[in-house]
Amino acid sequence: MSEAGFFNEMLEPDGSVRRPYRELQAWLEQQSQQVLRQKVRDAEAIFRRLGITFAVYGASEATERLIPFDIIPRIISASEWRRLERGIEQRVRALNAFLHDIYHRQEIIRAGRVPADLILQNEAFTPEMMGHDPAGGVYAHIIGVDIVRVSEGEFYVLEDNLRTPSGVSYMLEDREAVVHLAPELFSRCRVAPVEQYPELLRRTLESAAPPGCKGDPNIIVLTPGIYNSAYFEHSFLADQMGVELCQGPDLFVDDGCVFMKTTLGRQRVDVIYRRIDDAFLDPLTFRPDSALGVPGLFDAYRLGNVTLVNAPGTGISDDKAVYTYVPEIIEFYTGERPILNNVPTYNCANDDERAYVLEHLEDLVVKEVHGSGGYGMLVGPASTKKQRTEFAEKIRSNPRNYIVQPTLALSTCPTFTGSGIAPRHVDLRPFVLVGDKVRITPGGLTRVALKKGSLVVNSSQGGGTKDTWVLED
Amino acid sequence: MLGRTAANLFWLSRYVERAENMARLLDVGSRMALMPGADSGYQEQWRSILQAAAVDQAYSSRHEDVTAEAVAQFMLFDKNNPSSVHSCLKTARDNARAVRAAITTDMWESLNATWLEFSEIRPSSASRNKLPDLLDWIKSSSHQFRGALLGTILRDDGFSFSQLGVFTERADNTTRILDMKYYVLLPRSAAVGGDVDSQQWAMILRAASAHRSYRHVYSGRYTAWNIADFLILRPEMPRSLHFCYRYLHSTLSDLERMYGERCECHDLAWETLSTLSTSTMTGIFQDGLHEFLSEFISGNNRLTESISYHYNFP
Repeated sequence: MSEAGFFNEMLEPDGSVRRPYRELQAWLEQQSQQVLRQKVRDAEAIFRRLGITFAVYGASEATERLIPFDIIPRIISASEWRRLERGIEQRVRALNAFLHDIYHRQEIIRAGRVPADLILQNEAFTPEMMGHDPAGGVYAHIIGVDIVRVSEGEFYVLEDNLRTPSGVSYMLEDREAVVHLAPELFSRCRVAPVEQYPELLRRTLESAAPPGCKGDPNIIVLTPGIYNSAYFEHSFLADQMGVELCQGPDLFVDDGCVFMKTTLGRQRVDVIYRRIDDAFLDPLTFRPDSALGVPGLFDAYRLGNVTLVNAPGTGISDDKAVYTYVPEIIEFYTGERPILNNVPTYNCANDDERAYVLEHLEDLVVKEVHGSGGYGMLVGPASTKKQRTEFAEKIRSNPRNYIVQPTLALSTCPTFTGSGIAPRHVDLRPFVLVGDKVRITPGGLTRVALKKGSLVVNSSQGGGTKDTWVLED
Repeated sequence: MLGRTAANLFWLSRYVERAENMARLLDVGSRMALMPGADSGYQEQWRSILQAAAVDQAYSSRHEDVTAEAVAQFMLFDKNNPSSVHSCLKTARDNARAVRAAITTDMWESLNATWLEFSEIRPSSASRNKLPDLLDWIKSSSHQFRGALLGTILRDDGFSFSQLGVFTERADNTTRILDMKYYVLLPRSAAVGGDVDSQQWAMILRAASAHRSYRHVYSGRYTAWNIADFLILRPEMPRSLHFCYRYLHSTLSDLERMYGERCECHDLAWETLSTLSTSTMTGIFQDGLHEFLSEFISGNNRLTESISYHYNFP
């Protein structure tokens, strides 16, 4: 079951079972293929019933797919988790401090630790946010940090998502499914719970209420609507928190305050968990053609009459070019060494590094600084000669537009496949809430590349999800 | 509750009701086409079906000839016809998705399954032979949704808005069915009691799913008077105007109690209900059946507008 060169999270190279996986291994040995297959079918029926689907753009209008779910959980030990937790907390505190600084005195630029151009010329930098103090001083309340593991002791942060990270509904539903389908296994392991997430999310949002808000704040979730690919999650979270799910036209701004239109007239809104990108929030401030947003919303926000979660402008902290400076950022604001490392990244603007990159494109991954979702990307080992020549040309003519990383040896986890249980590559997205304190739900979303040998875990490219267990001591 | 949520629940129910009504009208049309002597009036029958479905103008802007085939395709599958069964089910499901958290899993599953199954049907497969099965399936899907709703939904304001949608649609539908043939219901009509009239009357009753219950209530043969009475004034007939307005009025009264607010729509429903409770067929025929029905349709539209306005529908 091992694949040479990759860290197998269940099995040591000598075939012995790693400690956190012992109960699971014993359980798997007792299950017949038929039983597992039946459980997989049951899981699918559960998901379809609940309507956990994601829309596929461009496909026929009736198409809403299920993201494949793998019944075998991914397991993290208590001590491994403690380290991840400390590393993530350090990171999100530093990034929030960075955001505050960037939109105030810009000390980090004055100190020469990050280049001014990188920030001020960046599309994600939002000058409208300069000098604004968000309620509670927090910019990014809801964060999903993408982490990959490459060996027993090595975890890397691949991306910090501080805009509108998604996937938390899968974390919750995958847990539901596993508890339902394998209760005997679940009860044998001491698994840290995740179902408190909606409650904690609600508390985090409450803690972000504007200082002038009296009584219980009125919280809403703002969605672009039913055709958005993550609509299910928006609806799910609103439902789980017991708050209204609004679309732009349900809201209006009057005299600097935000109201929603109810069957009993207008009702004041205090906190907006928005799942709409910055550009579409307010046609008066950002993109004028946005029909998804609310005219005047940004002014109401600047007046401190409503809180937007996350704040506009957080994109500057998870920008791919800024990513390479995160270790600097952590040291600058916390005075500590980073606990979790970045993936080593080549700076193409540096002559020596660029020369190395151009010679080794077959082994490297090239990402466009402003690309996302796998667009504008070259995966060296899977590329053709023609593609490499094209990218070499692009890098030479605009080196600042690209970051380059080694192809990562993502760890593998046992996964139920058409031909039995086999190792498949995984990553991990833990979900972080920042309010009066930093709360990290133990576990997160494990994405798994279901195709043999594939390192691409994206759901749009055949990726699935797994429940993620953090064991308690 | 958001005004949009209320609107989504209203239109969700309204479009499911409309899909069922469309199927029933098509069913009537295809039966008429099979009747002896139908050849001559063939086109006329289909024209009145389109009229009762309130899609006659939309149809003629797209088609020159009225044929059974073209009408069936238009009323079942045409995406440009906002009242085709396709459009009704899609609109209903989109509304349901927008309020997914405000409806029950049973309601969602019923509607979702219907939509998925319907969207798999190839229009070419709705041939004359298979049409009756398809229409029965549409009707029973609507019944299933109604059952899921009545059996599982909380009786709160959301329920009220869904019921307002059902009964404004149904009242509209019954009125249009009567109006498409109002002339065969007039007492002084030339061919009273002839075979043709008898067929036309059966068509009206069938379009309102009332041809069996009619006999139980009136225990005799069809008369224009009784048919009009049955569909307009009879309080126990679930598609009669009187029944619909009794229901609309009591639903609006529930909302008035819940919200502690009364407005124009409550008065409108009360006025229409009072008129229906105190009218007689003699009076209605004297003042003109067609005039009565036209007035009723616009009153019913006014009620929808007033509800939308007062409860902040977008």
